[in-house]
Amino acid sequence: MSEGLYSMEAKDFDKTLDLKKIKPYGDTMNDGKVQLSFTLPVPCGAEAIEAAKQLLKQMGLENPSVVYYKELTPGFTFFNCYGSCSHTVNYESIYVPKVESNVMSMPDTDEYIRQHFGRKIVIVGASTGTDAHTVGIDAIMNMKGYAGHYGLERYDMIEAYNLGSQVPNEDFIAKGVELHADALIISQTVTQKDVHIQNLTNFIELMEAEGLRDKMICCCGGARITHELAQELGFDAGFGMNTYADDVASFIVQEMDKRGMK
Amino acid sequence: MQSKLGLDFKKVEYARSLAKGIAEDVQAFVEQYTTVAVERTLSRLMGIDGVDENAVPLPNVVVDYLKDKGVLSEGVLFFLANTMIRTGLCPQDIAEKLAKGEIDITEVVTRDQKQIADVLQPVIDSSMERIRARRQRREHYLETIGEGPKPYLYIIVATGNIYEDVVQAQAGARQGADVIAVIRTTGQSLLDYVPYGATTEGFGGTFATQENFRIMRKALDEVGEEQGRYIRLCNYCSGLCMPEIAIMGAFEGLDVMLNDALYGILFRDINMQRTLVDQYMSRIINGFAGVIINTGEDNYLTTADAVEAAHTVLASDLINEQLAYMAGLPAEQMGLGHAFEMDPMLKDGFLLELAQAQMAREIFPNAPLKYMPPTKFMTGNIFRGHIQDALFNMIGIWTHQGIQLLGMPTEAIHTPFMSDRYLSIENAKYIFNNMHSIGEEMEFKEGGICRRRAAEVLGKTIQLLEELTKEGLFTALEKGIFGDVKRPKNGGKGLQGVTLKGENYLNPFIELMKGKR
Repeated sequence: MSEGLYSMEAKDFDKTLDLKKIKPYGDTMNDGKVQLSFTLPVPCGAEAIEAAKQLLKQMGLENPSVVYYKELTPGFTFFNCYGSCSHTVNYESIYVPKVESNVMSMPDTDEYIRQHFGRKIVIVGASTGTDAHTVGIDAIMNMKGYAGHYGLERYDMIEAYNLGSQVPNEDFIAKGVELHADALIISQTVTQKDVHIQNLTNFIELMEAEGLRDKMICCCGGARITHELAQELGFDAGFGMNTYADDVASFIVQEMDKRGMK
Repeated sequence: MQSKLGLDFKKVEYARSLAKGIAEDVQAFVEQYTTVAVERTLSRLMGIDGVDENAVPLPNVVVDYLKDKGVLSEGVLFFLANTMIRTGLCPQDIAEKLAKGEIDITEVVTRDQKQIADVLQPVIDSSMERIRARRQRREHYLETIGEGPKPYLYIIVATGNIYEDVVQAQAGARQGADVIAVIRTTGQSLLDYVPYGATTEGFGGTFATQENFRIMRKALDEVGEEQGRYIRLCNYCSGLCMPEIAIMGAFEGLDVMLNDALYGILFRDINMQRTLVDQYMSRIINGFAGVIINTGEDNYLTTADAVEAAHTVLASDLINEQLAYMAGLPAEQMGLGHAFEMDPMLKDGFLLELAQAQMAREIFPNAPLKYMPPTKFMTGNIFRGHIQDALFNMIGIWTHQGIQLLGMPTEAIHTPFMSDRYLSIENAKYIFNNMHSIGEEMEFKEGGICRRRAAEVLGKTIQLLEELTKEGLFTALEKGIFGDVKRPKNGGKGLQGVTLKGENYLNPFIELMKGKR
């Protein structure tokens, strides 16, 4: 099945790093090594393995190798594969929009709020639409926070309201108005069939229709959310993987200041 | 029984007696009320099914009619019986005519209990027989083709399309799964009706409908016969239609139901009065149908901290157990829930998890405990995730869990691919076989971390139950004792569907199902 324990492939390619032409790194610069696994809807056999290899080649992977395969159920075969990527990327020309704020600690954010606003700021959050998951919004808002980052409820200068999950956007906005929210934050966990895109778009449309869009900071977050996507949808910021309450709080207070909110 | 953890069983019995008192308090409340969901369930037990021209389920048509007329407190059976006597029609014909506006069902011709009971009896008998036959069918399969060893391997399918679910489920069964759960579409728990027919569109899951249940049951029977192993089907008796889902499951031969007394209150913001009344009827049905219920304590640990809140899981398990007993459910059908949810970076976290799982095993010796995998600290690092799941599996076999809900390396990324399930089943089977007798071989050191942890959790559980005894469950829920979630007694969804039972109210199924096993 495997082609021997150690690769005897010749390594006769240029091994110097060129940031204009980067490719994956296995154990040697520019070896292009990629590992991937997938299932093909065909029965197990030599034809299936050949199909997997041809697919790898079409993906631009040279020396494709199927190291493991297994028929999961009649007519479906699973593969673990390796190959050397022939494509390169110009790292130097990359530009990714990011949330542009200094991430401050909880005490620093509280102090920032005292100095710039002299009052508590109000943040209302929820997992809106049909999304039943509270894990995201809880990680940002709950007193305890997540992974050692305290949640917004623990900030002295933030009044945080966590409305939970499955909150209709209409109700969420109404509650935000009632509580005089400075910022509305939405968490989205379920992203199957892009249901989160529809829901987030609906939220922004409602905010615009009510003439509220400029009056509050709007942020969204979730494992599949990026800042770029959030901005495309009309949000001020998006918070994806590995972002915490401090990222959200720091952005909101600095954005409020930038906009001259009092 | 000798406790491997040195648990003080006198303390366990004391905790159980406290939980019983708390549950009795709830039960005294529950018995005075009915809900729209309970009444729709009774409509279904009277053979009413199908939808009207606007796709409104006929049980909703009947119950909403009575509610609009302000007479729901007398119950659907009282009015159906009266209409049957008056018109000579069967319940299904009555519901169809009602949907077309051709009949009024609130006209009362008799209040005589015997006369009412007599007209209902044949319909009641036929529904009871239908459920009994389903139960016997399962028992026959278990006697003939048998089942997989415990812990049962439990996997989920969640494509949104019931026909695609069938492909995934059969593949999972062939790889070794014993229980297939069809995850419901997001938001179904808040629908105050059950959709009708086969469905192919759902988000993050597939609609629970009676037809979908039937399609999946048939598929699992096929693959079960092929594999020589009965495959159990699981769905969700939760949300606003708890007892209705229970009756549909009972009719279609489901084997396992998520059915927690408190979950909907805490995590779906369903009104607590509504859920507590609904859970009672749903559990009566599940008990009679031979369905294993699964409780959802694992969810507390996704919102609260798994180390700090371990005692809330045990306290809730004890209360769930007592409420289930009150609905006539035997211990053998109580898949009480707990979970492996501690931060993986915690020093000796494995030992704390092991202690808690062993503790649950010893406190509920006959229950097919449902052990939930890590979810909160699954990060997208599928490689570490696979190891977290392996540690979880070790504890599953070590402590003889009943139902092992298999963790997926791709948890927190997507609903499982066919290959994710394969990898997870392979992981579990490897460990269950390779560590098969570890529980019999290993002992817990006296004065060691595990014994101390178990004693600590039990002690805190007793404190919490004492507090709950003083305040009552309703107040405790208002104060946010479980899962750090606070719920007002009159808040949440579905309260308007709760009604005090009236003078003529009857529901003979409660006694029939609890009595005639």
